[in-house]
Amino acid sequence: MIKIRICGFGGQGILLAGEILGAAAMIEGKYSSEIGSYGAEARGTTTLSDVIISDKKIGFPVIDECDILIAMSQQAFNANIKFVKEDGIIIVDEDLVKTPENLKQKVFKIRATKIAEEKFVRVVANMIILGYLAEKTKIVSIDSLKKAIKSRITRMIEANLAAIDEGAKLASEKEI
Amino acid sequence: MKHYAIKYLREEVIPTPFCSGCGNGMVINALFKALTELGYEDLRNFVFCSGIGCAAWIPSPHFKADTIHTLHGRAIPVATGIKMMRPELNVIVISGDGDLAGIGLSHLIHAARRKLGIKVIMVNNMIYGMTGGQVSPTTPRGIKTTTTPYGNIEKPLDVASIMATMKVPYVAKWTTYHMMPLKNSLKKIINTDKFSFIEVISQCPTNYGRNLGFRKPFEMLKWFKENSIPISKAKNMKEEELEGKIIVGEYLNQIE
Amino acid sequence: MGEKYFIQGNIACAEAAVIAGCRFFAAYPITPASEIGERLSELLPAVGGKFIQMEDEIASINAVIGASWAGAKAMTATSGPGFSLMQEGIGYAFMTETPCVIVVVQRVGPATGQASKGAQGNFYQSRWGTHGDYSAIVLAPNSVQEMFDLTIKAFNYAEEYRTPVILLADELTAHIFEPLEVPEKIEIKERKVAVDYSEPFFDSKDPLKAPPMPRLGIGLNVLVTGSTHNEWGYRATSDPMIHRKLVTRLYYKIEGNAKKICEYELDINDGSKIGIISYGCSSRSAYGAIEILSEHGLKISHLRLKTLWPFPDWAVKELSSKVDTIIVPELSLGQLVREVERASYDKTKIISLTKVGGGELIRPQEIVEIVRRL
Repeated sequence: MIKIRICGFGGQGILLAGEILGAAAMIEGKYSSEIGSYGAEARGTTTLSDVIISDKKIGFPVIDECDILIAMSQQAFNANIKFVKEDGIIIVDEDLVKTPENLKQKVFKIRATKIAEEKFVRVVANMIILGYLAEKTKIVSIDSLKKAIKSRITRMIEANLAAIDEGAKLASEKEI
Repeated sequence: MKHYAIKYLREEVIPTPFCSGCGNGMVINALFKALTELGYEDLRNFVFCSGIGCAAWIPSPHFKADTIHTLHGRAIPVATGIKMMRPELNVIVISGDGDLAGIGLSHLIHAARRKLGIKVIMVNNMIYGMTGGQVSPTTPRGIKTTTTPYGNIEKPLDVASIMATMKVPYVAKWTTYHMMPLKNSLKKIINTDKFSFIEVISQCPTNYGRNLGFRKPFEMLKWFKENSIPISKAKNMKEEELEGKIIVGEYLNQIE
Repeated sequence: MGEKYFIQGNIACAEAAVIAGCRFFAAYPITPASEIGERLSELLPAVGGKFIQMEDEIASINAVIGASWAGAKAMTATSGPGFSLMQEGIGYAFMTETPCVIVVVQRVGPATGQASKGAQGNFYQSRWGTHGDYSAIVLAPNSVQEMFDLTIKAFNYAEEYRTPVILLADELTAHIFEPLEVPEKIEIKERKVAVDYSEPFFDSKDPLKAPPMPRLGIGLNVLVTGSTHNEWGYRATSDPMIHRKLVTRLYYKIEGNAKKICEYELDINDGSKIGIISYGCSSRSAYGAIEILSEHGLKISHLRLKTLWPFPDWAVKELSSKVDTIIVPELSLGQLVREVERASYDKTKIISLTKVGGGELIRPQEIVEIVRRL
């Protein structure tokens, strides 16, 4: 069972990223769930998306700790770093999140938002991160992510698919 | 030969339980005359929705038609559901002032906003008759009721004016004294497919007339006559002059 | 195997409604149920159905009642505050035998409470919310799959028993995304419609069966009233026998079919001395606890209710006869536990595990702690 928390602020597509990840896992025949939470305002407050991927049926779908934390804002990172397991993985957008030096977890930094702005559009930064996550951890395949996108997104499909590839490319280039 | 109205009535429930002198029978008469003149042999295509109160008993159970006797104040939402799913049916709401202007007023306002083709007949006896004569939202100022023993201090609601302000395609107000024009108005709303509203000021000799000192129902009708002012004339009158008057006529007619 | 979708519980409910034949939906927006209406406002026009956002929940339930009498399978969706407003209308639907489905996504109350946070405080309200004597069918999903399956079932029960059916969901089941597998074959019950006077509209020779529902607009002169009425709908507001006959029939029509209506998962582990009884989101906490305990070699029996009302006393008794202790976790200060206490054998120790506020679910560890202390 893998528990992933994706966090950031409203408008970054945090919830959509969680849904795509959960859907990709389902496409691979795994059990998955996603629970989102967000502030009362539609934009700007901290948004969380908790995804569980498992080979067994998911009983309790709420997570107390996570194996993977994806943070796209400093506020969200600060609030959620305590939930990451010591042997866990952290992926941050390095232009938006400064991470402390002494973290026990493996930390991956990518410039998702900046690359999205330069190559595509800002709103696909979430997909760059998903592509990166999939390539780095193999928790789902790039192909499944793309299938999930095609089944759920009706606007800017091409940009979203290209962002997945871009993220995967970054992951294979940048070894730690 | 049978009375002309029998074809519209469930004979097994006649006579009605209404008090002697009640205006409800006169409203029924005007409606049935209108239906007869329009050539309706039965009420097959009609659904009558009513709420709770004396006026709500006009159709239920007396009309030989589909009659839905709803909760207090909720005839309009029920009628809305029926009309949306069966637009071919002629859906008519008949209820009282307490039902439509008190507990159910917001539904009337929203129905006037939506303008779904239901027709509303508000029989306004200016009192809660069934529960024993308490003040209603349409009771005139100063009137003593069982809950205004010192006289009503609140101003009554003029529902027909609200409907006209909301540009309801057909709005009319009459009293039970005005049987002919009432019948003619009823004919118009039966035939239209647009949202429409008729207010009928009606007498409750038992619980209203008594408080005003009217001994006989006829005295109330006379009072209606003397206090009614045609809307054409009222337009040129001052507010003070119209205090306590009943402004009758077609407030709005966009269906002809 | 049918098609699989990764979707939200509320959306699964809306999709299921359309498949079940729902063609009318009236509601007022309310967190955490709004997505159901949003989705249906999109889906219904495409299938010739009608969607309307009413001025309040009172209007919503009454429009649903009107649409149902007009022949449509009809539904509304709300949460605690709206459910409270709807109670009189729900009573009218029971009394007039108007099939309809009321989806209630439970949130923290009373009053406005915590609008976006889940709770289970409507357990008793769903059964006794309106005044007078009647019996209710209340179904409680605990997953996206069941938001779908039990919505279909709710419509089927509503039509079969000519009664309102309440789908008592909660914020978790409404908002969680999970895989939904749409079954290839779905059983849909259609309404028994009366087009003549061969059977009364408001009575049935077989007390376990609902009378047929007459069609409006075909000259049947249907009389519908929320007042006490005889078998043809005529008001009878002072005859004690007519009232007794009517409400007893309404009650027995549901209670007499309890064995058919009640669905539950009863997982009895031989040798297990501890049981859990749960429903909705708290059953997910129970699953989590059972998983942890089984990893430690401790077997737990579990009764998970899918039908809350009629209450399956016999299932509680069966569990009660096998275990020494029953733990009842719920997101209220203790409602389900009272029914469990009533229905279980005296020798069984009942432990109530309650939690309210903030939408915090009962953590599996909290159940595990109780078991450890036993």
